[in-house]
Amino acid sequence: METINLTYFIVFSIFLGVEIISNVPAILHTPLMSGANAISGVILVGAIFMMIQVDPTDYVNLILGGIAVFLGTLNISGGFFVTAKMLRMFNSKSNKK
Amino acid sequence: MENLIELGYLISIISFLAGLKFMSSPKRAKLGNIIAAAGMVLVVCLTIGISISANIPRINLLVLSVAIFFGGVAGKRIESKVEMTKMPQLVSLFNATGGACALLIGIIEASQNPQSLFLQFCLFAGIITSGVAVTGSLLAYSKLSGKKLIIENKNTTLLTKTILLALLFIPALILTNIYAGALGPVVHIVAVLSLVYGILFVAPIGGADMPVIISFLNSITGIATAFAGLVYSSYIMIVGGIIVGAAGILLTVLMCKAMNRSFLTVLSGKIKKGSKKAYEKEQIIQEISSSEVALELSYSSKIAIVPGYGLAVAQAQHICSHLQKLLEGRDTEVHFIIHPVAGRMPGHMNVLLAEANVDYSYLKEMEEVNEEMDSYDLSLIIGANDVVNPAAENDEESPVYGMPIIRTHHSRKVVVMKRGMSTGYAGVQNDLFEMDNCFLLFGDAKDSLTQLVDQLKLISK
Repeated sequence: METINLTYFIVFSIFLGVEIISNVPAILHTPLMSGANAISGVILVGAIFMMIQVDPTDYVNLILGGIAVFLGTLNISGGFFVTAKMLRMFNSKSNKK
Repeated sequence: MENLIELGYLISIISFLAGLKFMSSPKRAKLGNIIAAAGMVLVVCLTIGISISANIPRINLLVLSVAIFFGGVAGKRIESKVEMTKMPQLVSLFNATGGACALLIGIIEASQNPQSLFLQFCLFAGIITSGVAVTGSLLAYSKLSGKKLIIENKNTTLLTKTILLALLFIPALILTNIYAGALGPVVHIVAVLSLVYGILFVAPIGGADMPVIISFLNSITGIATAFAGLVYSSYIMIVGGIIVGAAGILLTVLMCKAMNRSFLTVLSGKIKKGSKKAYEKEQIIQEISSSEVALELSYSSKIAIVPGYGLAVAQAQHICSHLQKLLEGRDTEVHFIIHPVAGRMPGHMNVLLAEANVDYSYLKEMEEVNEEMDSYDLSLIIGANDVVNPAAENDEESPVYGMPIIRTHHSRKVVVMKRGMSTGYAGVQNDLFEMDNCFLLFGDAKDSLTQLVDQLKLISK
């Protein structure tokens, strides 16, 4: 990656992140925090890339890598499931109306 | 093939952005979550696909699949067991797992001894941020779960500063090539130091400020993810990380504003000190019995309910919803007025009331109704304190001065349900209690509300 492209890319991402979040009403802040947390679970991609490189005879790193993958997946699956659970509460009411 | 994978990642990035965007409306939020989750599943599948085509050793693939399987199942199990009131600590716990994942990646990558200066920098930055996020989130989790973990913070300020300096200094030694040995041991030291720093960082902060800190730590995990993304040149990790980082910082600022505190005072664990006399003044209050309140409720035609943290502690959201339905049945207009920081996180109170099946249309935000508070016959304040203190608007000497409040004192009558005369978390007396139109009903919020409901049923229409 060229440094200049990368810099543009990072700056735009920051603006995009702020812009998207700033329109969320306070009532949805908790689900949003939970959802954002789940998205940060994309770190799992890094854990998988790392697993490709780890020497299969290096058991310490293999186990540590496995733990990393486990934790990353837990972050994603728990994060999205819990967010969905919270949002279901909101939806049940509007259906009832 | 490679273009196809890049396209898949692009779709995922768009789905993250769209998912978050959709979360800005309660109706589309659920869809937004599904879109983001689908994007995430796509990312993971693509990445596993890449690893298989990259001839990953069989044992690595085995460990990988087992870990993903158990991670997914564990997440689902936790979700099915958790209660709504425990949401804030759960977010904190998940944040710790994400941070731990980033930390392990950093340590293992560093053990491969990368030579590039840029990679080394990203690795160190990733390890420090994720290390702080892990222990910080875990401590926040235990604080919110009510576990007492007291660390004497008077003597630790020097230690905190020393560790912070070391965290900046050690990587600098490596990056400037002054120390040219193996990276591994140094990385371990930095990792341990950042873990310790995470504890020292969160330790002095009070339980009531935890949401701010969770939000902040959330954004730190995002930044750690972005650094890991730079290590692997993965656009999806960089974008995902930065969005979460930006969102976390923004939420932190919003929460601090709602509490009228600067982020720095939150970090130092200090509470703004007001004039001394505010603490010592004895208050003359008027008590009221639950049967009298029930009578008041039956006479009122427009009622404001202001729920606070006390309602969540007493788990009284269901009985509160029951009371509201009972009053609705008597043609009384009932509104729930929610302060931006009610509960333990912004929006947490809305989730709790939603869980208790309170219809969305009855929830009002503070700004919506504050100008017309005098149209309410009765304000029922359940377990809230500082957010209704008129001193925030009238008394410039008060520590809470300037904080946005719900002007319940403008309504015809105010009933405050509270356990005792203790102060709110700002530690100041509430001028509202002394007002002529304010009455106090002491007791556990759930018990009091149950009595109210029972007595209201006896009063005929």
